[in-house]
This record gives sequence, structure tokens and C-alpha cells, in this order.
Amino acid sequence: MSYNVSSVRKVFDIPGGVHPPESKEQSLQLPLGPVLLPQRVVLPLSQHIGAPAKAIVAVGEKVRTGQLIAEPQGLFSVGLHASISGTVSAIEDRPIPHTSGMNAECIVIESDGLDEWVALDECEDYTALERDALMAKIRTAGLAGMGGAGFPSAIKLNPRADDKIDTLIINGTECEPYITADDTLMREQADAVIQGTLLLAHLLGAPSTVLIGVEDNKPTAITALKKAAAAIEGECNIEIVDFPTKYPSGGEKQLIQILTGIEVGSGDVPASLGIVCHNVGTAVAAWEAVRYGRPLISRITTVVGEALDTQRNIEVRIGTLISEVLEQNGFNADEAARLIMGGPMMGFALQDAGVPIVKTSNCILAPSKQELPEPPPAQACIRCGMCAEACPASLLPQQLFWYSQSEDYDRLQAHNLMDCIECGACSFVCPSNIPLVQYYRASKGAIKQAAVDKQKSDRSRERFEFRQARLDKAEAEKEAKRQARKQAAAEAKKLAAEKKEQELLQPTIAPVAAVPIPAAVDPEAEKAKLERALSSAQNRLDKAHERLDDAEPERRDKMAARVKEAELKVLDAQKKLEQFNTADNNDPVAAAIARAKAKASLPPHAKLTSSIEALKKRMTIAADKLSSAKTEGAATVDALQAGLDKMQGKIAKLQQELIDLGPEPAVEATVKEDTTPDPAAAAIERAKAKAAASANMSPADKLHDQITSIEKRIAKTAEKVAVARAEGSSTADALQLGLDKMTAKLDKARADLGELAPQVQPESAQNVDSAPEPDAASAAIAKAKAKAAATANMLPEEKLRDQIRSMQTRIEKTTVKVTAARAEGSDITDALQLGLDKMTAKLEKAKSELAELSN
Amino acid sequence: MIDLIAQHPIYAALIALGTLSIVFGGILGFAAVKFKVEGDPIVEQLDNLLPQTQCGQCGYPGCKPYAEAIANGDAINKCPPGGQATINTIAALLDVEAPSLDAEHGAELDIPRVAVIREDECIGCTKCIQACPMDAILGAAKQMHTVIADECTGCDLCVEPCPTDCIDMVPLETTLSEWKWNLPEPSKNVAMNLIASDKHPHRAEHGESNKGEAA
Repeated sequence: MSYNVSSVRKVFDIPGGVHPPESKEQSLQLPLGPVLLPQRVVLPLSQHIGAPAKAIVAVGEKVRTGQLIAEPQGLFSVGLHASISGTVSAIEDRPIPHTSGMNAECIVIESDGLDEWVALDECEDYTALERDALMAKIRTAGLAGMGGAGFPSAIKLNPRADDKIDTLIINGTECEPYITADDTLMREQADAVIQGTLLLAHLLGAPSTVLIGVEDNKPTAITALKKAAAAIEGECNIEIVDFPTKYPSGGEKQLIQILTGIEVGSGDVPASLGIVCHNVGTAVAAWEAVRYGRPLISRITTVVGEALDTQRNIEVRIGTLISEVLEQNGFNADEAARLIMGGPMMGFALQDAGVPIVKTSNCILAPSKQELPEPPPAQACIRCGMCAEACPASLLPQQLFWYSQSEDYDRLQAHNLMDCIECGACSFVCPSNIPLVQYYRASKGAIKQAAVDKQKSDRSRERFEFRQARLDKAEAEKEAKRQARKQAAAEAKKLAAEKKEQELLQPTIAPVAAVPIPAAVDPEAEKAKLERALSSAQNRLDKAHERLDDAEPERRDKMAARVKEAELKVLDAQKKLEQFNTADNNDPVAAAIARAKAKASLPPHAKLTSSIEALKKRMTIAADKLSSAKTEGAATVDALQAGLDKMQGKIAKLQQELIDLGPEPAVEATVKEDTTPDPAAAAIERAKAKAAASANMSPADKLHDQITSIEKRIAKTAEKVAVARAEGSSTADALQLGLDKMTAKLDKARADLGELAPQVQPESAQNVDSAPEPDAASAAIAKAKAKAAATANMLPEEKLRDQIRSMQTRIEKTTVKVTAARAEGSDITDALQLGLDKMTAKLEKAKSELAELSN
Repeated sequence: MIDLIAQHPIYAALIALGTLSIVFGGILGFAAVKFKVEGDPIVEQLDNLLPQTQCGQCGYPGCKPYAEAIANGDAINKCPPGGQATINTIAALLDVEAPSLDAEHGAELDIPRVAVIREDECIGCTKCIQACPMDAILGAAKQMHTVIADECTGCDLCVEPCPTDCIDMVPLETTLSEWKWNLPEPSKNVAMNLIASDKHPHRAEHGESNKGEAA
């Protein structure tokens, strides 16, 4: 074994820190005191951070020293062992050493005075054991950090898989004044400290650096440790590092910074930097648990203060009441200012001495009034900044103080209040004696509370919103059901009403009424429509032109065709509009009727006069033409002359008639009109006949007419196209386009006719038969025929699909009918049901056929 | 062109400014479309600050409706469960003066409470279950009901409908894990933040009146 006694490790400094009077001498004058066997122990179930342990013994049960009496609840928890043998006298709420002075559940054991131990599982060579077995030993030994916080040690020894630990630091700093428990431990049990350190290093996978950090105010402990380390046989890489005394170098983050120079950041854990830090007390407890199988049932505690007769360190069983300890060390209650658990910097005042020593109790301080007087009243903060200089966490205590006062939690968090280690250095240096740490603790508590409240309120919101959504959904479902019922009822009602109506109306229905009389067209509306059509056509033309300009060459032809189409449309619209403007009514038949009527309504006298006038006009025109022809010497002179003579003869004749009419104009005229076949009247008759014919025409006939007219037009246009082509005219394309369109129209009209034909047939059949019930049945027949015609050209698969679709709709309809019938208790229900069944069967068949086909 | 700009730097400035305004206008326009905020964020923030007891003491059917009402200009001091702390945070959010709690809507409780059903008196009418906004009451018709204490917000809404008056509002006891330090005594605070001469206002007045007499 080679051990380098003169440590050369470089140590670092931490920011801030203070140098309070150490006051460690008084408790070190006496050696470690004898173990007191208490008459009664009170063991709180929660002596650590995390979930409280769960009692596994019952009241009245006999327990032995070292027996597990409460098991950990979950991973983040620590078990509890009986620290004396005896009987469990109570499991109840008792005062515990806590700043709140509150009660918590404790197991109370009355001693039988024998201190009988359970059988201990000793282990000579822990290196022979599996790591899991070792960890189990530590976990069942009830180890919680002995430094003060009480963090479950097993968790620290089980770092996350991705955190490779390369440094183990054993904390023997003990920087707080008065406390000498760790100092005593290191002096008295240096071998156990070294063995424990080696054990922890072994558990952490033999980190490359193993350090024991001790402040240089403990030379005896340092020497003892070095001696113990040197005595170890075999490989030993433990370094015992001493560094200048300064409060608070014992904080975990501070010690890491001192020994390694690495600063553990805000919110970081040392393990993430590959560092694990344990207290010397924990190392010894771990060693004892593994080597001797002894659980954590006792600890070394400093009992110090001028109010005591004996100030020393004692090894005391966990759960021993403080009042008992004090009594045995000559406590003078009158002298004592107060009782403090822990040191003067970070400890807390005990409200009651009837609380037990717990795993984290490293010191009981019973100072006299002169030794630790009441703090003077706080004064105003003068912003001296001494607290900022003292802060080891490099915070701004004065700012935190102001924000704490105004309860400005956001700013407190922004100023990293949560990184405050509550060391009390700021309060120590404060010239105004402001209890700064108390402000920070209160604010930290409030912030944590706010976080808990927030969590709870978020959960409440979630629950409330979920409930709201659930209620809405239920309401919506109810409403939907109600609507469905309502609709079903309405349908049933409608069906019933229709049935009744049909029964009433059937005898009187006029079978021909099927052809609707076209509604009278409002001329103004019609005109507006035409104008709109024109403008839209023009718009389209403009757009087409634009596109033509933009179009790519290969699409240009198409575009050109489109432009032409648009042009044609515009022309068409213009023509229509003109027609409309010239004629009052754009119906040529009606116009002819109007003209003929106007003629007929004239009296014969006036009629003759107007005829004469017209002839005279024509004669003057003819005379003009004749004269011009004469001057040109044209060949038509003779013909014109003959026409002129004829016209003159006609005029003479008419004038003669007029003269004859003269004496008895009114009566004769009417008689004449009645008797003679007046051409005007004939025209009226013809026009009327035509109008009547078209009115009476069935749509099929109309379509026939249309088709013939379109055919005619097509023929004409074809001719024109041929001519235009022959002439190489530019209109040929446009004409061709028009021709195509017309052909399309013709096709459509023909198709319409095809569709109409079957529909017309039953109508005519009805006419002939004048059947009393031209009901849905015949209509259905017609439809079926039409379909048959339509489906004739279809693929078999499509046909089947169509069939299935129609059948499905029919089934749906029938189902509705059936339910309605059922609701009414109608006697046709059975028949309907039968039909429905048949239909369903058909549908199935069709489906199977389709499946076969598609296969 | 360059000569023109060189001779008249004002053109360069105008061109530069014009270009910049177009570019930034474009960026802003794009951002306005791309990062468009859906919903009313202030309502969400207010709702987050409210205690979510859904008690209706503010006169609205839940915390969210009240948050919406605040966003539309209602008073912020109608929430007794939230108390002064909530009023303060809302006032900070809206940047208004924090008023004190409106007593009309109820008093702030210093200790949170939960409903507890005296189970042997419960007749299983389910009325409290329907009243609970949190679904925190467990039970069925003609079966005993019980309150899930963790989910109860202490809103009181179940107490009224109970036909047998078997629901008590019990103050929650602080457990060890919930315990927290208090701020140091407030009376000391006031004293320590006063300038010494301001500590006795009546003496100052006295001095003034003396001066007046002397004059």
C-alpha cells in the first residue's frame, strides 16, 4: 500500500461565505459519550425526504433492537427500525422535531431494558456480493443522509444509467459552528469512515476520484483519516483533502466547487456532472449495514450550549427524547435562551423538548441567554450590499428581500430564489438584523404552494371541462333522439294525410292536366334576362380574348375556338335582344295574332283607305325606280312600267270600292266582315290554331318539332359552311362551330325525346282507358320502362349496381311506410312487410350476383 | 441614373426608405398571417389565474365565463376563493389598480375547505352529484354518496341541494408536507421600513401646530 500523505490537490474557492465564531472546542473536550439506553423511544415514520414509511408492527407487539418496524412506501422512501427492544406501546401522532412544531405519526416503543438484537447478517467480504445484493442491504438498513437533509441514500447510490459517476466526495466539512458530531466520528471511527468510503466507491462503480473533504479546523480528524487510509491494505485511491475553513463550505454544491472547481448549475443535480456526495456519517452507516448487518438505529449527536453542565458528543439511539438527553447532560432550563436543533446558522428552534432525536439530528444546542441572545429588532434595509457579498450562491439577497416583502413571486423566481441554500450567511452579516432567511423560506413555501395550487386548479379545470363536455354530449344525444322521434311522427302523419287526400281526389283528377301550361312571361323580366345574357356573353368573349393572348402556342387553337364560340354567343344574345326590342312580345305567333287583330279591328272604310295609302306609297317608290331605270336605260324599264300600271289599276279599283262603300259605311261593313272570308280573320284563325296546337302539344311533339327545325337549320348551316369553305371565308370556322353546337343540341333533343317517350305512353294510355286509378303503379311501370331503355346500353355490372341502389332506396321507403303503418295499426302492415321481405331477398340476390360478376 | 442619385442624395434616401418600407411591410404582413393568434389569449391567461373552483360566487357559471367577463371589462374583485392574491395577480396582468375583494360575493377563507358527507344520513338522492361541478362526489341513486376529497374544490354548491343537510364544509388540516414558513411579523415590517422621523406622525402634527401658534 502506498499512500501519499502530503496531499497536493488544488482546492478552489467559493463566492461569498462568512467566518462566524466556530465554538467547536467546548464539545470536543470530552470523548464520545456512553450509549444511553432510553426507557422509551419515539420513532417518527418520516425522518427523511420523501414518502413516510408504513408501520408494519401492531400496538402491543414485541420488537427487538434492529427489527424493521416500518417499511418504505415506494422508491423515494426509507424504512425504520426499532432502536431498542421492547413493546410497541403506541402508533400515534406525537410532536416531532420540525420547524412547524407539528405532530406526525410515530411508533412508540417501551424498553424492556434488555436491548436484545435481532440476528444480524454479517458480511466479511462485500466485494464477493453482487451489486444488487449490496444495494438491498443498504436499502433495508434505513439509510437517510446524515448531514441534515435526510435524502434517501440508496437513491444517491443508484444514479441514472446515463450518468457515469467519476467522482465520489465524502463530506466531512461540518462547517456550521458548535457542531462536532462528524469531527468526533472521524476521530473515533476513522477506519469505518475509510471502509465506508471504499464501499460507496465500490457501489458507484469505482469512480476515478474519491475525495474526503475536511475543513482545516479539524486537524485531529484529518490525521486520523490519513492514518486510517494509510493502513488500508491493497489499492486505495482515497484522497483526504483539507481546505480553508469558511462557512458554508459544507453545502453539497459548495463542497463540489471547492474540491473540483465545477459549479453545479441552477436546477442541476451533481450526478448529472458525474459527481456523488455523501456525508461521513452516511459512509459509516453504510459500512455498518453491509459489514455487520446493523441498521441505522443510533447516531452521534453533539449536545452543546452553556445551559448544559456537560457539553460533549454522544452516541444516541434514534428516537430518544431530547428532554432525556438534556437531563442526562445537566440541562439548566432557567439559563437556556431556547433549544435549537442543528447549528446556530441553519438550525431551528424547538418549541418542545419532548421530541425525539431523529436520523438527521446532528446537534442539540442549548445556549444561554448571553451566548446566543435574542436577535435585536430588525431595522430598515440600507442597501449596503453586504448580504450580496456573503451569499455563497451569488444571489442578490437584498432584492430577494424586497420582492419577498411585496410577495412578488415572479420576480423572486426570476432572481433564482430557489437556488438559495438557506445558509443564513446574509442574515449573519446584515447590519440591520433583518431575518432574511425567514423571508426566503416563507417565499419558497408560498411559491411551492402556488405551484401545487396551480396543479390542482388545472386538474379542476380539466375535470370541469370534461364534465361540461359530457353534459353537452348527453344533451345533444337527447335532442337528436327527440328530433328523430318528431320527424318519424311527422312522416307518419304526412303519409296518412296523403292517403286520405288521394282517396278524396282520385275521381276528379283530370288525366291530361299533366302538361303544365307555361307561365306567362313578364316582358320586362325577359328583357332584363336577355340583357344579362348579352353582357355575360360579352364578358366571356373579353376573357376568352385575354386568355388567347396569354395562351401557349399548343393551346392556342383551342382558345381560338373558344373565342369564336363566345363571339357567336354574343351575336346570338344581341339578336335575341333586338328581336325582343322590335316586337312587344317575342312570341312570333302572338305577334302575328296581334297584327292580324289590329287589321281586323279596322272598319272597312278605314281599311280600304289604308290599303290605298300603302299602294300609293309603293307606287311612288316604283315610279322613282322606273325613272331612274329610264335614265340609265336599263332593260327592266318595261317590267317596272307594267308593275306600275297594275298598281294604278288596283288603286283605281280600291277607290271605286271606297266610293261604293261611302253611303252606308257602318252596317254593311259588319255584314261584309261576317260573311266574306276576310284574309285577316283567316290569319287570326291560323295563328290561333297554331298557338292552340302548340299549347296542346305534348312535350314529345314539341321536341319533335324542335328536332325537325334544328335539322333544317343544320342543313342550311352545312350548306353555308360549304360555301364559306369554298370561298375561303374567315367565317367558315365559326360556322362550323355553330354547326357542331347545333348537332349537339339535336342529339340532346333526341335524347330528351327518348326519355320522354315512355313517360308519354302511360299518359296516353290513361287518356284512352281513363282509368280510375292512374296511381303510383303506372308511374312506376313507366319509370321501370324508362330505366330498362336506359340500362339496355349499360354494362351488366353497372346495371346490377343501379338495381341495388334503387332497391335500397325502395327498401328504405318501404321500411318507413311499414313503421308508419304499424304506428297507425293499419291492416296493410302485413302486406307491406311481405313486400319488404321480398325486396330484401332480391337485394341480397342482386348483391351476390354483383359479387360473382366482379369476381 | 447614378449621376442623378449622386447629385441629389434625397433620391437615394427616398429610394432606400421606400424599399425598406416595402420589405418590412411584406415581412409584417407575412407575420400577421403566419403567426395569427387564435382565440383570445387574455381570456386564457385570466382563466389560468382564477382558482378553478367553479363555485359561481362571482355570478358567472364557472371560472372561464368570469374570465371572459373580466376581459370584457367586469370588475376583477369578485372571486372570494382566489382572494386578494388572485386579485393582485389579475391586476398585475391587466395593469390596473388592485381593488380589495368585493364583500358582496363572499369572504375569502384563510383555510381551504372540503365537503364531507355524513354518510349515515345520506339517503342517496344524487342531488349533490348533479350539483358538483368537479364530478367529485361518488354514488348512485339510493346508494350512499361520498366526496373524493382530493378533487373537491370546496365550492359549497353541493350543500344547498342536499335534502337532509348531511354535507359539511370541513376546513382542510395542514399536513406536515404542506406546512410552510410564514413571513416575519408584519407589525415589525412596518416599523422597520419607516424613516425614524416618520415613525410618530402625531408628534409631527403637534410640531406643526406649535409652529402655527408661534407664527
